[in-house]
Amino acid sequence: MRSKSSTFRTHRAVTTCAALLAGALALSACSSGDNDKKDNGEKSGGTTGPSVTLPKLNGAHLEVAAVWTGGEQANFKKVLAEFENRTGAKVTFVPAQDPIINFLGSKIAGGQPPDVALLPQPGAIKQAVQKGWAKPVGAEGLKELAKNYSQGWQDIGKVDGKQYGVYYKAANKSLIWYNAKVFENAGAKEPKTWQDLLTASQAVYDSGVTPFSVAGADGWPLTDWFENIYLSQAGPEKYDQLAQHKIKWTDPSVKQALTTLAQVWGKKDYLAGGQDGSLQTEFPQSVTQTFTGGDQPKSAMVYEGDFVQVNIGETKAKVGTDAKVFPFPAVGSDAPVVSGGDAAVILKDSKAAQALITFLASPDAATIQAKLGGYLSPNKNVPVSAYPNAVQQKIAKALIASGDDFRFDMSDQAPQAFGGTPGKGEWKDLQDFLKNPKDVAGAQAKLEKDAAAAYGNGG
Amino acid sequence: MASAAAAGAPPGPAAPRSRKSVTGTRKTVAALFLLPALVLLGALVVYPIGYSLVRSFYNASGDGFAGFDNYSALFTDDSIRTALKNNVVWVVFAPTVSTALGLVFAVLTERVRWGTAFKLVVFMPMAISMLAAGIIFRLVYDQDPDKGVANAVWVGVHDTFAQSSAFPKAHPGRESPLVAEDGGFVTKAAVHAGQPVTLPLVGVAPDQLPDGVKKAVAARPEPGKVTGSTWQDFTRGKGVGKLGAPDPSEVGYAGMRIEAVKDGEVVASTEAAGDGTFTLPASADGARLRLPAGNFKEPYNGVDWLGPALVTPAIIGSYVWMWAGFAMVLIAAGLAGVPRELLEAARVDGATEWQVFRKVTVPLLAPVLAVVVVTLMINVLKVFDLVFIIAPGSSQDDANVLALELYRKGFAEGQPGIASAISVFLLLLVIPVMAFNIRRLRREVRR
Repeated sequence: MRSKSSTFRTHRAVTTCAALLAGALALSACSSGDNDKKDNGEKSGGTTGPSVTLPKLNGAHLEVAAVWTGGEQANFKKVLAEFENRTGAKVTFVPAQDPIINFLGSKIAGGQPPDVALLPQPGAIKQAVQKGWAKPVGAEGLKELAKNYSQGWQDIGKVDGKQYGVYYKAANKSLIWYNAKVFENAGAKEPKTWQDLLTASQAVYDSGVTPFSVAGADGWPLTDWFENIYLSQAGPEKYDQLAQHKIKWTDPSVKQALTTLAQVWGKKDYLAGGQDGSLQTEFPQSVTQTFTGGDQPKSAMVYEGDFVQVNIGETKAKVGTDAKVFPFPAVGSDAPVVSGGDAAVILKDSKAAQALITFLASPDAATIQAKLGGYLSPNKNVPVSAYPNAVQQKIAKALIASGDDFRFDMSDQAPQAFGGTPGKGEWKDLQDFLKNPKDVAGAQAKLEKDAAAAYGNGG
Repeated sequence: MASAAAAGAPPGPAAPRSRKSVTGTRKTVAALFLLPALVLLGALVVYPIGYSLVRSFYNASGDGFAGFDNYSALFTDDSIRTALKNNVVWVVFAPTVSTALGLVFAVLTERVRWGTAFKLVVFMPMAISMLAAGIIFRLVYDQDPDKGVANAVWVGVHDTFAQSSAFPKAHPGRESPLVAEDGGFVTKAAVHAGQPVTLPLVGVAPDQLPDGVKKAVAARPEPGKVTGSTWQDFTRGKGVGKLGAPDPSEVGYAGMRIEAVKDGEVVASTEAAGDGTFTLPASADGARLRLPAGNFKEPYNGVDWLGPALVTPAIIGSYVWMWAGFAMVLIAAGLAGVPRELLEAARVDGATEWQVFRKVTVPLLAPVLAVVVVTLMINVLKVFDLVFIIAPGSSQDDANVLALELYRKGFAEGQPGIASAISVFLLLLVIPVMAFNIRRLRREVRR
């Protein structure tokens, strides 16, 4: 199947050469311009000079697959356009559907894999490597990675010690967004610890506003809630063990985390719509209902990652003045930093694909998208000033400052059947827990049962 | 049966001896004409069925023979069992309700002047795709009465009979003299005449406070009477302000009911004035003051249509909305073929309209009704889109049906083996119904 596509490519290369010949150009253009790295890159570099050198790739054609839509896709295309400018290669964006690993599976079975894909879960990278789809990152890319990424971000792109993924986009999932007006009315302050958070919630509740909006119709915000509490309370080691299912969900540490979680989820009056209402609240609604309604929104706070901004954009609230953010408070000794991200992985090895990966690992690419907003880079050499507003700068700083202490979203590391299927596994079990937060032991038992089944057959 | 009839019949036209058909076409020519259809049918129907069958005996990755493991999963996996149970509910209720409604509509539209217009309206949902209908009903069943029309109606009806209260979320603040009891609040200590009582609460949204609230004032002591005040002990931007005493900007709970309770019996009761003050007669001396639960009744939030209990009936409702029109049109067509004389004869014989309907119309329509029910059954067995779209993630598992489970196993969980087994199982379920329909059709043709 692969050979078929490569003959197709050579065929096209021949046609291109023929066209060039006909245009009375030098034949050497065909023997792939190896070493001229300068001219094209210089003129499009903008105000700052390029920090990464890319080969010239006239005539090369790349396909990049990602699940991004809307503004995110448009912004990413601008980054690809810059790559086209610098190298002369042609890059096509292929919109993919979730779960992307299945999408790629059908593409590969059809003999037309995209050259590069952006995978949202470390589990997906692993799967891609096991199936022999992913190709390792070359020397140029590795150099760029080492220069710009902390060890932690490099390591989660590795499978069996070999670098396959380059984390182009990150998500900081340890944030609580709040309606500034409500906090002001209630006299509440940004909490630093879990106890402070409960105090602030009570103050908000006393002022006549429901403290939290929990998107229970979607399962993933619930898993993220749990992960933050667990990471902060049980510590990173236990977090890693639980993520790999080396300790059971019936572990006392899980019990403690769920009990803590029930301090918020268990109070009907703390959740907009109560538990039943929460279970029918979808994520976008959970955000908009926090930031609409003037002095009397349906809730005061909503927990989720930096991408909440996108949904705040649908309301009249302004990020930074009406909608503010504080890091998820410390439940144990340290505040948690749970992150997510999309990693670029090569599926069809070529010089052009390697060059694109190198480019995506460079601060140049990340800076372009950072300026456009709604994006967070794990690249430590992206200047904080590149982010368009104070809130984003705060989030970016928190992410970079966490260094290697961050942990990747646990449900994203789990097999899809457990951590990523609507109405199943961890999603469903936490939804049931939200419905009945008194039953900690029952929730643990169900989680363990589903986890055992999912990890057992390897997803 | 046919051969017996032929044998008994007098020698008519001889049975065709040659292999040529009536029109005299040769076998090869016939095959040639059939070939394109056969190839398409083979490639698009037979091959996928065959491959699904084969695939259902292999494991998740497709490289190991799994025997009947996938099939045993059908009956052990919890979510497949829920799906199976729901499918039974669907097959029993959706076709029968749709057909019954269709029958009623068809019979009634026969007799009204604007029958055709009415039929058009009932049939119209059929013109909408399942997906669009799903999105529409997702909104119809929305929990929020401001969005979901089902709950808007329900809450509207409910609130005409039972008013909600003015202070739904009021609760005692810090260091409150009140404790919760039976949904209301009661003072910890007994009250005495001449000593003003404070009943501070917090948590009422300012825009929900009743009309006629005034600034809260502290009650004055009155000899021989129990006085006190109840107010919102919360100052915007400052928290409680002075705890347990009204601050300048705090407002009274106008209309709050207060009862004086002695040994479980109400000895006196009153309502707070606009500024939150109240006065109770001397009989309240030594009693405990209670703010009864009626003050704090939450606004009625309607029915949890898409919650675990009601989600399947709710989705079946949307299905009926779509398909009752289909049933109606088929039944109306059947009805047009019913001889009027029979109905007239029954009426002349003195049958009531109900008897005509039950004893004449329905039996005559029975074949059509059977076709409609069976067609809808086949349709219902493969229902997917409505469930997929209407059920929110939290109750998708409770609303699960086989076709949805097939999709989830195959495309979200990476279990193509089990998904194939489900598809084979679905095929087995459809076959008897199909066979019934085909036999019916044959008989119909012969008649």
